[in-house]
Amino acid sequence: MSLDSKIPSGPLEKKWDDYKSHIKLVNPANKRKYTIIVIGTGLAGGSASATLAELGYNVKTFCFQDSPRRAHSIAAQGGINAAKNYQNDGDSVYRLFYDTIKGGDFRAREANVYRLAQVSANIIDQCVAQGVPFAREYGGHLDNRSFGGAQVSRTFYAKGQTGQQLLLGAYSSLSRQIGLGNVKMYPRTEMVDLVVIDGHAKGVIIRDLVTGKISVHAGDAVVLASGGYGNVFYLSTNAKGSNVTATFRAYKKGAFFANPCYTQIHPTCIPVSGDHQSKLTLMSESLRNDGRIWVPKKQGDTRNPADIPESERDYYLERKYPSYGNLCPRDIASRSAKEVCDAGFGVGPGGQGVYLDFSSAIQRLGEHTIAERYGNLFQMYEQITGENPYKVPMRIYPAVHYTMGGLWVDYNLMSNLPGLFVIGEANFSDHGANRLGASALMQGLADGYFVLPYTIGNYLAEVGFGKTPSTDHAEFKKAESDVNEQTNKLLSIKGKRTVDSFHKELGKLMWNNCGMARDEKSLKEALTKIPQIRDEFWKNVNVPGSGAELNQSLEKAGRVADFLEFGELLCLDALTREESCGGHFRTEHQMDDGEAKRDDNKFCHATAWEWKGVGAKPTEHREKLEFENIKLATRSYK
Amino acid sequence: MDLKLKVWRQKNSKEKGKIVNYDAKGVSPDMSFLEMLDVVNEELIVKGEDPIAFEHDCREGICGSCNIMINGEAHGPLPGVTTCQLHMRTFKDGDTIYLEPWRAKAFPVLKDLVVDRSAFDRVIQAGGFVSINTGGAPDANALPIPKKDADVAMDAATCIGCGACVASCKNASAMLFVSAKVSHLALLPQGQVEKKERVKNMVNAMDKEGFGNCTNQYECEAACPKDIKRDFIRVLNKEYILS
Repeated sequence: MSLDSKIPSGPLEKKWDDYKSHIKLVNPANKRKYTIIVIGTGLAGGSASATLAELGYNVKTFCFQDSPRRAHSIAAQGGINAAKNYQNDGDSVYRLFYDTIKGGDFRAREANVYRLAQVSANIIDQCVAQGVPFAREYGGHLDNRSFGGAQVSRTFYAKGQTGQQLLLGAYSSLSRQIGLGNVKMYPRTEMVDLVVIDGHAKGVIIRDLVTGKISVHAGDAVVLASGGYGNVFYLSTNAKGSNVTATFRAYKKGAFFANPCYTQIHPTCIPVSGDHQSKLTLMSESLRNDGRIWVPKKQGDTRNPADIPESERDYYLERKYPSYGNLCPRDIASRSAKEVCDAGFGVGPGGQGVYLDFSSAIQRLGEHTIAERYGNLFQMYEQITGENPYKVPMRIYPAVHYTMGGLWVDYNLMSNLPGLFVIGEANFSDHGANRLGASALMQGLADGYFVLPYTIGNYLAEVGFGKTPSTDHAEFKKAESDVNEQTNKLLSIKGKRTVDSFHKELGKLMWNNCGMARDEKSLKEALTKIPQIRDEFWKNVNVPGSGAELNQSLEKAGRVADFLEFGELLCLDALTREESCGGHFRTEHQMDDGEAKRDDNKFCHATAWEWKGVGAKPTEHREKLEFENIKLATRSYK
Repeated sequence: MDLKLKVWRQKNSKEKGKIVNYDAKGVSPDMSFLEMLDVVNEELIVKGEDPIAFEHDCREGICGSCNIMINGEAHGPLPGVTTCQLHMRTFKDGDTIYLEPWRAKAFPVLKDLVVDRSAFDRVIQAGGFVSINTGGAPDANALPIPKKDADVAMDAATCIGCGACVASCKNASAMLFVSAKVSHLALLPQGQVEKKERVKNMVNAMDKEGFGNCTNQYECEAACPKDIKRDFIRVLNKEYILS
């Protein structure tokens, strides 16, 4: 089957406006006759649910947390980009578009990214109108800061809690619609299967996480806004509940999974402290505005950092990338940190760390200014490590952060399964092989507030109302019985190992063999070992309790079962893509100076995988990426 | 270090609960409180026992999921931190630690340390928003807001809705939570139009959910992991009277 991206014709800057002017509309009186199911309440799902309900659709929204306010978008710290040019420093829609395409190493779809840059300015307007307390200048106007991968200040922020404030904005709009009865909200539930009827997504199977009850829900369209899959690595900056289940089960029902090997490694995380470590904590990228990254020039130098004179410090990012310096993109900063640590220059226990040093900024600006900019982050760092970053430099190391791959979608944000829309981190479309800072929040809200509400209407108008299937349909019955069967199987194994022990084993293998650097040998090894871990899981896992109660082990078991299949897909994708780009670094493909070496002749495409069964090789489909407006260039931040 | 845990175990909202003793051995000072519980749970599962259910997600102190009364204090002994950001270096070898769920009529226990806090969502649904539809918002800089006001609004908006204020109040009052949202929006020009209706609706919703009254003892402020100030309760009272 060919992948039709449905990119509208015409000049890049007019595509979206022309598209909006020509799409089919649903009569306002008919909107309430449609039911839309939304999975997830982060920036994408929350904003989409609120907006679709405002438009008049019937919306049913599901989240696994106890409240829609707790979605993982809340943890984003640094900011959100928008091409407002408030700083008069030369920003424009085109420049934001170009930076994002270049940041993604020319592996994103041009038309989607341009649209993202276009609507970015509306997002800020919308959020301010909702009462999001963005940082302000003394004159009362909005403040901006700069972020990695850009040479303009276009990042809007609310202290170090931008994700929280944007999410609370979307949550408040969602709450308003729940209060009005336009959204039926189902917290503490999990989507465990997608129902496809005659090739169209028409419903979901839901497990109530408190009672264990399975329920079926039919709709005219299903929107997945369920986030990314970084927890396949076990240790990541993702919340513990973040999982691949909704997208993976949709994949098993026929939706294509695109570019799963594109996982972003964030350069500024707090290093691992021991085997008990359950997750990694990110220090906002905004810290790189004032923090300088360095390691000692001498290998294995264990001196107190204050005792190491300037002349014996290697500010390696400033040395290697003089124009971007500490603000080079995440993949480059991460790889550079790994390089210096692998070469024996790392600091802290185990040598897996580099310094992020604020001493010169504190000298220049005073502790008060630094505290005002990053106070809560410094506090968090001290809480976790027991060290005061005002006095000693922070220690940081890269960690898995964001996943750019996801279900394949066309320009309408619709997957290859009609009626299944995928938005935010759950889709693959906007970030290419690498995500620049402050662009995930932008995409989540762009999709939810300003893109999906148009494109889904076009689909619904074509399908027509009154076509919602009955939940008595055989596909619902089958999906429901499959779900019950899997639950019973997990509970009946009664083996010797815990779910977490399998997750940790998989995660370690993924990080070592398919982490910041991958090669043919490591990937082939992972592809041999993952099925072995999976086999053992299904023979030897111990899930206590029953399916008819709040059972956190059972929840985890279902998700880890999916990661054990998904991990294999991720490694297969990484093996197939014989080039280096952004967050996907194949050591066989690098320049003489260690920079990533793309192969535009062979790999200027998105890879979308089609499920063929457990252990069977999925079918590869390719969407060729056409760059009409940008000349593919070697990415340079020097 | 080795610790003794006394944990509230309750199968579900209908059955009675009780304190059960557990040993936590070989605890590293670098572990977070929740990582210590992870280790205990792994051992329980291997022994064939039901692990202790507790709520958590981001483990970065921002999602507001984690909620444990630790030795009678919401989120434990340190000021300004959530349970997930409480590290075991705060405790000493041989300590006995009590773990209980939030205690409030409006937050019924679902299992062990997990409670139902949906009452907070219903209070927000009653009015904790600005009624602006998507699209058509004016340019963000068309509405200048003094930095001082934006900063104070941000301080109020920092509330993570964890419920520590309710859990630590002898009346299980939700005044700090409600005051944070009311103040956040009342301090900004965007929130002015609906400000009277908002405060009335939210206070009514709060009462309906069974939260108690405030008697100005400020245990809420002391327990708040985000340092939400009691001054906002003054703002709430003022706004309520003016409405």
